[in-house]
Amino acid sequence: MAHFDENAKPFSNQWLNERLAIDTVKRVLSTEYWIPKNINFLWAMGMILAATFGLLIVSGIFLLMYYKPDVNLAFDSVNHTIMGEVGFGWLWRHIHGVAASVVFLIIYIHMLTGIYYSSYKRGRELIWISGMLLFVTFSAEAFSGYMLPWGQMSYWAGMVITNLFEGGSLHLTGLVEWIRGDYVPGDAYLVRFFMLHVFLLPLVIIGLIVFHFASLRLPHVNNQEGEEIDFEEAAKLYKEGKKKESKVIPFSPVFLSKDIFVMGAYFVLFFFLVFYNFDFAMDPVNFDPADGLKTPPHIYPEWYFLWSYEILRPFPKDPGLIAFLIAQVIFFLLPFIDRSPNVAPAHKRGLFVIWFWVLVVDMIALTVLGKLPPQGIYTDLGKVAAAIFLLMWPILFIITKLEKKL
Amino acid sequence: MSSRRDFMGMALGGFSALGGLAALYAMKRSWDPLPSVKAAGFTTVDLSGAQENVLNVEKWRGKPIFVLKKSADMPSDDRDVVVGQDRYLVAIGLCTHLGCIPAYLPNDKIFHCACHGGEFDASGRQIFGPPPSPLVIPPFKIDGTQLVLGEEGPEYIKMKEAGVTA
Repeated sequence: MAHFDENAKPFSNQWLNERLAIDTVKRVLSTEYWIPKNINFLWAMGMILAATFGLLIVSGIFLLMYYKPDVNLAFDSVNHTIMGEVGFGWLWRHIHGVAASVVFLIIYIHMLTGIYYSSYKRGRELIWISGMLLFVTFSAEAFSGYMLPWGQMSYWAGMVITNLFEGGSLHLTGLVEWIRGDYVPGDAYLVRFFMLHVFLLPLVIIGLIVFHFASLRLPHVNNQEGEEIDFEEAAKLYKEGKKKESKVIPFSPVFLSKDIFVMGAYFVLFFFLVFYNFDFAMDPVNFDPADGLKTPPHIYPEWYFLWSYEILRPFPKDPGLIAFLIAQVIFFLLPFIDRSPNVAPAHKRGLFVIWFWVLVVDMIALTVLGKLPPQGIYTDLGKVAAAIFLLMWPILFIITKLEKKL
Repeated sequence: MSSRRDFMGMALGGFSALGGLAALYAMKRSWDPLPSVKAAGFTTVDLSGAQENVLNVEKWRGKPIFVLKKSADMPSDDRDVVVGQDRYLVAIGLCTHLGCIPAYLPNDKIFHCACHGGEFDASGRQIFGPPPSPLVIPPFKIDGTQLVLGEEGPEYIKMKEAGVTA
C-alpha cells in the first residue's frame, strides 16, 4: 500500500500529493508541457475555441431555465419570456447566438492554420481527425440549437436538412419520418432535438475535446517552420536556466500568458458584437413563428454552412447529394491524401501554396454564392465553384506526390 | 472452448451482446412516430367551390396539399384527377428536391420553388432545376364532389399501378 503520512495536514500539498499526485499532474499537463517558441498568434485559436465553448455552456445554462421545448410554447418562451421578462435574458441569448456564429469563424481559422503549416502530418493525424470530429459535432450542435426558437427558419431548415436523409432516389421516407418522429417536423421532433442540443451532443463534444488535447500531448504542437524539435534537449536547456537558447517554453505560465493576451483582444471584439452588432447572428425570418404551410421566399443556412450547401444546390438531386456527402467527409482524409514527406509551411512547399489559396478563395466563393438566390448566372457560377472544390482533392494527391523532399 | 475462463468470457459476451441488441431495439422504437401521430387520419376536401387556375392549399398529415382546378388551355395529363367534367391537379405541395413549398405563379401557370429554383408545370411535372420527379400525388378517393385524402380509391389505385403518382 502506498505510504500516507498521518501527520500531513488535510488538503496540504503533501496530503493532496499522496492522494492525487497533483504535482505530477501539474508537471505533465502544464509546467513541463513544452510549446515551441517559434509560433504566432494563430496558435492561440485552440484556447480561444475552448473559452468560447465555455461561454456557450454558461449562457446556455441560463437560457435553459426559461426555454420550453413545446411547439406551442417554444417561440414565446424565447422571444417574449427570455428576451422581454428575464433579467439580462437578452444578454444570454445574444452571447449564445453570437458565440455560436463566431465559434465557426475561429474553427475555420484553426483548420486553415493547420492546413497551411502541415500540422495534420507525421504523428499529428489523430489531432486532425479528432478536430474534424469536433467540427462535425459542432455542426450538429449548431443545427439542433437552430431548431429551438421554432421560427420559420428553424422549421424549414429542419425540413430541408432532415429530407437529406431520404438519400435522393433511395427514397428512405421511413428513415426521415423516424428521425422526425412525425411526417413533418412537429412536437416529437422539437423535443428530441432539444435533448440532443442540451445533453447528448455537448457530452460528445466534451469527450472529443479531451481526446483532441490528449492526441496533442505526445506529438506536441507544430511550429511556424515545421521543424522537428528535440523536446527533451530543449526542455533540459530551459530547466537549466538557458531560456534564451532553448527552443521551447512551458505551457503554463509562459505560453498561457501569450494565449490570454490574444484571448483578451478576441473578447473585446466578441463583446463588441454581443452588445452592438448581434443582429448578424439573428436571422429576421426566424422572428416569424414556424408555419408548415408557408415556405419563406428564400431559404439559406447560417453563413458557416453555406459553402457545403452550395455544393449540394447547383446539381441535380442525386449527384448533388453525392457531392455534398463528399464535401462533408473529404477533410477527414486530408492527412492521407497529402502524400508529401514535408512538414513545412505552405509557402515552402511549391505548388501546395497555390493549392491552399485556391481552396480558400473557392470556399469563400461558395459561401457568397450560397447566400445568393439560385437563379441564372449564380447557378452556373455555383456549379463551377463546386466542381473546383471536388477537383481540388485529386489535384492535391498529384501535386503532393510530385513534391520534392525539402 | 479451451478453458473455463474462455467459456465464462464467451457466455458473458454473448448475453451482453443480446442485452445490448435488445436495448438498441428499444431505443429505435422510442424514436418511432407515436401511434397518435400515425393515426392522424383523413382529410376531406370539397371541390364544388373550386375556381380555375386558383390554387387551394389544404393540410393533410401536416403537409400542404395542392388542389388546382385546371383551365381548358392546360394540357390534360394522366396525372389529372377527374371529378365530373373537371380536371384537377392534386399533389403534396412539397418540392421533390428537398421539401420546400413551391409557390404557384398563375400567370405562368407553373410552380416555382424558391429554395433551389425548381419548377413544375400545372400537372405537377418537373420542368426546371434540381427536382428529380413530379410532385407526389397523395392517396385519395373521389366521393361525389368531395375528395378524401389518405384513403386509396379506385382512381388512385389505377394511377399508382400506372406509376404516375410520384
